[in-house]
Amino acid sequence: MSCEVLACLQWLCSHPVPVSFRLCFKDFFIHKFKAVLGKNRIIFPGEKVLLAVSGGPSSCSMLRQVQEGLSQKANKKLRFVPGVAFIDEGAAIGQSVEERQRTVAELQAVFQATGFPFYILPLEQVLDLPASVVATNPSPSEQPASAYKAAVHHFVETDGSNFPRPQEPKKTLLPRVQESHTLMLQQLLGSVKTLTAREELLNTLRQHLLVHTARTEGYSKLMLGDSCTRLAVKLLTSISLGRGAQLAQDTGFSDSRYGDIILVRPMRDYSAKEVAYYNHLFTVPYVVIPSVDTKTVDKASIQRLTESFVTKLQTDFPSTVSTIYRLTSEKLQTACRKRSGADGCDRCLLCLCSLDTAVGE
Amino acid sequence: MSSPLRGDGGAELLFNGVKKHHVTLPSQSEPWDMKQLLVWIQRNLLKERPELFVQGDSVRPGILVLINDADWELMGELDYQLQDQDNVVFISTLHGG
Repeated sequence: MSCEVLACLQWLCSHPVPVSFRLCFKDFFIHKFKAVLGKNRIIFPGEKVLLAVSGGPSSCSMLRQVQEGLSQKANKKLRFVPGVAFIDEGAAIGQSVEERQRTVAELQAVFQATGFPFYILPLEQVLDLPASVVATNPSPSEQPASAYKAAVHHFVETDGSNFPRPQEPKKTLLPRVQESHTLMLQQLLGSVKTLTAREELLNTLRQHLLVHTARTEGYSKLMLGDSCTRLAVKLLTSISLGRGAQLAQDTGFSDSRYGDIILVRPMRDYSAKEVAYYNHLFTVPYVVIPSVDTKTVDKASIQRLTESFVTKLQTDFPSTVSTIYRLTSEKLQTACRKRSGADGCDRCLLCLCSLDTAVGE
Repeated sequence: MSSPLRGDGGAELLFNGVKKHHVTLPSQSEPWDMKQLLVWIQRNLLKERPELFVQGDSVRPGILVLINDADWELMGELDYQLQDQDNVVFISTLHGG
């Protein structure tokens, strides 16, 4: 729903915000989530999907949508099996062990309330990952479109009894982190000279850890909580960083660079404002965690500058974000579509996208 | 005149981490409007980095302002005249994904 439509809806219902508006907004918000999954038909019934939750408003809203969608009384229930992954990046911002534990405890309470299995991952764990994390694994054979319909039909017929049941939430103890690991990670991040590069590096490390967790815990899909606003900023930032060729994967609904684990972004149709508003009206719990660019000035990094640019433009031109998103990201296609390790498509070791270094074709 | 104020989504980081403030504004002959409230907040509540909260007369782009749960854009933004017990919430939409 664009900002203008949202504003009109509120105006028609007049203020203070009546119950009718809340219900209307809630229905629409939930409907959009299911619609984007249903339209893309990429998540099969019974499939294990790992939700990457940073604790921020977008990913926590996504978690709430999954809860709502899976609940018994839901109309057209979602049918996958979720798990939650949270990466504790306290080391990157120099938080003390106590501060990190406090944040983790807060989030743990939120995750426990959902009943889904969850994994608390200190970012330091990325230092111990095997080399296989930077490899594209062969993807399961491409399912024809008819397979999705057949799978749903089968699921409904058997009442889902043949599919894996949601696991009992594991009693995950807070993993202990060795101080030497924390120092090593901080040294790594400290060795990067610009905030721009540091943010990019963090992104890469985060994604490696998430993909590795998905692989080891048996999840075939990874859900990321990037909102439309975030993705519009990411799109422009990526172009500035020379990642124009990878835009479709970086900002599209699905990203299959890893082969066996597909990344999906179901929140890409929601603006940050919509998410904030929904979270406020329906008290979605989230935890504000500072990041490396919190309280920095506009020019501190390319990411911050782009965010500032887009946000300011959005104030005077409320269709800025939706225009960037619609005209560009939806029209982009991945150039190198079918690929496996053997087809000779050279890949970047860090981001695993196809290299775009051929000069002057 | 008193009003409950709330900062959320990261905005509270600029107010020493305190989310809720119940403020009592000094009485004056004309009604208080949002523009004056922002000035008052800047002078009395904002603990650091004012440029991350206010920009010129208004709030920084990216901060959602809700008056009694409705978007302030529908209420006249800076010109809205505050009433007693109006609930004002400032939510930063820039923080977190």
